[in-house]
Order: sequence, then C-alpha cells, then structure tokens
Amino acid sequence: MPDNLGTSPDDVQFRFRDDEVVDHAAVTVDAFLDQSNAAAVRIEPGDDARELLPHLERIKLVEVNFPGFMDGRGYSSARVLREAGYEGEIRAVGEVLIDQLAIMRRCGFDAFAPVNTLDEADAERAFNLWNEVYQKTTDGRAPIWQKRHG
Amino acid sequence: MYRYDQYDQEMVDTRVAEFRDQTRRRLEGKITEDQFKPLRLQNGLYLQLHAYMLRVAVPYGTLNGTQMHALADIADKYDRGYGHFTTRQNIQYNWIKLEEAPDLLADLAKVEMHAIQTSGNCIRNISSDQYAGAAADELVDPRPYAELLRQWSSFHPEFLHLPRKFKICVIASDNDRAAMRLHDIGIQIVKNEAGEIGCAFYVGGGMGRTPMVAPLIREFVPLDQLITYSEACLRVYNRYGRRDNKYKARIKILVHEMGKDEYARQVEEEFAHLLEQGIEPPLAELERIKPYFADPAFKIGLTEKADRSDDKFARWVDSNCMPHKAPGYVAVTISLKPVGGIPGDASTAQMHAMADLAKEYSFDECRVTHAQNIVLPHVEIGRLNELYGKLVQADLATANIDQIGDIIACPGLDYCSLANARSIPVAQKISQRFEQNGKGEMLGQLKLKISGCINACGHHHAGHIGILGVDKKGTENYQLLLGGSEAEDTSLAKITGPGFDEAGIVDAVEKAADVYLAQREDGERFLDTYRRIGMDPFKEALYA
Repeated sequence: MPDNLGTSPDDVQFRFRDDEVVDHAAVTVDAFLDQSNAAAVRIEPGDDARELLPHLERIKLVEVNFPGFMDGRGYSSARVLREAGYEGEIRAVGEVLIDQLAIMRRCGFDAFAPVNTLDEADAERAFNLWNEVYQKTTDGRAPIWQKRHG
Repeated sequence: MYRYDQYDQEMVDTRVAEFRDQTRRRLEGKITEDQFKPLRLQNGLYLQLHAYMLRVAVPYGTLNGTQMHALADIADKYDRGYGHFTTRQNIQYNWIKLEEAPDLLADLAKVEMHAIQTSGNCIRNISSDQYAGAAADELVDPRPYAELLRQWSSFHPEFLHLPRKFKICVIASDNDRAAMRLHDIGIQIVKNEAGEIGCAFYVGGGMGRTPMVAPLIREFVPLDQLITYSEACLRVYNRYGRRDNKYKARIKILVHEMGKDEYARQVEEEFAHLLEQGIEPPLAELERIKPYFADPAFKIGLTEKADRSDDKFARWVDSNCMPHKAPGYVAVTISLKPVGGIPGDASTAQMHAMADLAKEYSFDECRVTHAQNIVLPHVEIGRLNELYGKLVQADLATANIDQIGDIIACPGLDYCSLANARSIPVAQKISQRFEQNGKGEMLGQLKLKISGCINACGHHHAGHIGILGVDKKGTENYQLLLGGSEAEDTSLAKITGPGFDEAGIVDAVEKAADVYLAQREDGERFLDTYRRIGMDPFKEALYA
C-alpha cells in the first residue's frame, strides 16, 4: 500500500468552498498518524474517523473514499469530523453518483471528485432538489421541526 | 390520525419528483441497473419473478378511509385489482410497470402516502400495535413516538446506505402484538419508578436465516432523547455492521458477535457525544404530533351487549373482536384469510368496502396488522350485528383470528425471486383441511406461519406451528417447526425433523394438532401444551 495516493485538484468536479483547492497528496490514516507533517488524509470505509480527531488542526483535506457506492460508512466518517469541529475540506472520492450528492452535502462533504465525471445538469438538479430537511446535521440547514417551532 | 402539514407534503412531493427523474435517467440509459436498483428499492420497487412489485408504506399500520379507497384505486389502475397486505403492516402490488411507478407514487402523495424506504438497506417503515389508541392495556398511544421516528428516519442522510435493512417497531403495552423483539430495534414505551414516560430499547432481534430475540440494551431513554439515542444505535451499526457477507449484515449479528454489553457501551459513548450536537427535536414537536392521535369522540352510555342469537355472528364476535378501552366499544379485526384464500390479499371491491365501513363504523380509521388482517379500531358493540351483515356481503366475515386458518404466509415461489417453495398453496390447503375436519375452532389460538425460504418473511420462526419451504434436489419440501411465538413470551420455533412434501406437510400439521387436542389441559393453548410436554410426543406422532 503506497503512502501517497489520492485525488488531485483536477479531479474535483464540484466544490462548495471559497478557499483554494488543497493540493496535498492524501495518505492513509495509518500513515497520517505515523508522520506529523501530513496535512491530507484519505479515509477508507473500514477506518475509524475518530482516530483523526486529536489532529484536526493540522488537517487541510480529508478524502473519504467510496470504493463502492453501497458502502455507507463514509457518511458517518464525514459527520464525525464535522461534529468535532473540523472545518477543512471533506472530499468525496471514488464511486460518487448523482443520487448521493445531496445526502453527502448533508453529512458535511463540500468537495466531490467522482471517479466517473457526472452530468453537470443532473448534478445541479440533485444538489438543489431538497428545499426542506427532517434532520439536524452540521450543514447549517434548519430542520423542519425547527421551522415548526421557531 | 396524523395529517401532513406543508412540510411533510413537500417532502413526499419532492421524493416523487426525484424518483421521476431517476426513472427517466434509467430509461435513458444514463444510469446502470446496478446503480438504479438501490434507488428504486428505496421507493419500494422490487423486481420479482414476473414483474415489478411495489410496496407502499402504511406508517404504524394506520390508514383513513380516503387512503384505503386510494389503495383500491391504485390496485385497479396499476395492478390487477388486488393488493397484498404484508407482515410489516404495508401493502404491496405485484404487477407494476416501471414507467408507471412515478405516477403511482404521485397518486399516493395526493392522499399523504408514499413508498419511501419500504425496501433497501435503510430504515424501513416504523411498525406498531394495531390496537394502538384502542387497547385497554396500553400505557399510552405509541403512534406519536412512531411518527416522530418516521420523520427522523425518512431521508436520513447518514443511514441510507446501511449494511442491511433496518426495521423499527414501537409498542406501549406489555402485551406484544407487533413482534417487537423480532425487530432490529424494538421500542417499548414504559414508565419508570419516578412515573416518567420513556423508552426501553431492545436491539438486535430479527428472523431471517439467523433468528434472534432482541436483548434489552437500555431500560429507559427519556422522551426528549429518543431520537438522539436512536441515532447513536444506528451510527454504531453503520460503523461496525458487517458488509463482507449480506447474510451476516443485520444488526442482530453485530450485537451477537460484539456482545450486547459492548454494543450498549459503544452506543452510550456515541449517545453522550450526540447529546451535545443538539439533534433532538424539542418536546414541543411531540406535543404537536400527539393531538392527531387523540381519542375520537367516543359516545357514553352505550350498550355493552350485542345480540348473540345468530350463532355464526356470536362465533365471529368471539374470535374477531378485542376488548376496547372505551366502554361500549370493541376493536374488530377483519380477517383477510378466507378458507382457501391467499393470506393478506384484498380485492379492489373489498378495499373499497373496508374503507366505507371504517368511515361508517370506526371514526374513519383502519389498521393493518402484522398478521396481514385489517382492524376497525373503534366499533360500537351495539352496531356489531349491522357491521357483520355488511362484512358477510363483502366476503370479509371469516371468523378465525389467531386460529389455525389465520395463517401468515409470504408470497413464496408464486411471486418471489428468492423463494425455494410455494407458500400460498400450502396455506390454502391447510385452511381447507381444518375447515373440512371442523377442528379449526376447537384448536383455539394456534398461530401458523409459512415462509417459502430461509429469509423467513412468513415469520415461520415465530409460529406456534411454523413451516419452512426448502428446495430438496429440485422439488419443494417443507420443514415443520413447533413452539415459536412473536408475542411478549417471544420464543423461536424448533424443527421437528425431516421435511415433508406438499401433501405430507398438511397431514403433519393435522397430526401435530391432534397431539395437542389429545394432551391439552384446561385452558392451554397449543403453545402452552408444547412447552409443557416438549417436542417428543409430537415427533412420535409425526414420524411413527
């Protein structure tokens, strides 16, 4: 397993951040924990994102890999990082499909590097489809219960 | 019952638009079948042996007359004039065309219904006690809590790609009529020593290949932490549930392999963290929901006696009516198990009839039961004779609730692509046999459940008598199980021995019933006798 892997800025198809695209090679969680100068890390489905929490201040980019779109562990990983206050980029990489974009946004992903480029119009529609949400996450959207009760 | 506000309506309308677009992209070839499959599944659309099957959610089994009428109209417009009520209180249609599915969902949305998350690896429809709001033995009506959970679990972004499907059940009585401990999460609303209402969480139950009775994970979760605790339970499962083998991916395997204490500890850790995240709706939301489930305007001073001079009517009352919390009322169960019929099926005409009867006799409300029947929850005892007459006219007056003819059966090899054997013909033959030999009523409560494969959709593990269809070298073979229960005395049935062919299994059920009739003591049900005398006398009769 090489230590250096990950996507490059060119691979990012959608991004919802104003800062510059992070261009560090992302390393595995184990490699990241081994070296104090790494600033980008890639989480695989079996990794525990909580291991990164003591090191959030030095992380500029987290890539969360979806080797297959049916494996939903990455959604929890992203939420765990956001709930701990991580404000850097969380990039969904791998098998990222149109119909996952909206829920990934809800879980804290703010950059998307799908292995197969997505149709821009379909993606745009998907990002903007849901005007309302039932649950509170860290994405800043007011859930329906909050709108009902102020 | 619950009514949508503009937000709930917008959510289902948006879902219809989303699925219409997904279907378009599929039909245009923009997404593969592998990519489309989970999307259609999360809208209730399965590909079965002969056609698409669409499963519609009936949240906690509660319907009003308008909705039941709409379900009938859908059966006419999109199917072949039938609907099939399921063991999770839903309804499914067996002959759906993919290109028509978005229109069907749009029709549902017009009556505040949907098919959201009725399939797929996500949190499914929340089930509950079919007598909620009517039962004399309940602590509170469990449905407001189920509705709160419905909204939380619908489109939950973190939990739409779980290792496997996830079923939640909420009850509020010590008498379990919803198989609560055979769910991924079973919640019982309870009162603690301080007199406060809260939730006991049982996690890791289920049927399928590896049946397990859910252990108690937490005795008391305060009401204002219900959603947060549920989220913690799900997050631990999403993180650690097995994804290498779909047959070991349910939470029951995780809880079993990890140990319930370790699972509970991890949930507590996640719970403590999530409590700081402010994800719980305020109690005001629960208070907003509750009035929708307030008692209807029950009359007072009603007669408590029906005219029992008609013997058939009296027998129907004894088997199909359940005591009610309000004097002068009963909850009536309409059997969808006519002798020789397909368990759980209702024709368009029958659905329309039940909708009209709900409106006329039961405050416009009906319920679907996990045993695949329909309940009119609030019927005046003084009007039972009149109601019975109308049920007779609609072919809905079978008097067999919880008797051997009231069989739970999966669709089996007649419809299902997973099945190894047919379930429906076996159910039909058994109900005919016990009608002909006249033993059905004599046997009293005897819950018989049939699955056409080890996935156990027909709940055979939980049958007083269970039947499991298997494939034996290319022919259908049926194993007999005894001693299961889905009720508060939950237990898992055991296999008697070698299986039987289709004719043989019907004989075997009769032999087992005869053992009970010969050996029962006063007041014993089949299950009680089995528990007292054990398997051996049954084996002797079956394999002698």
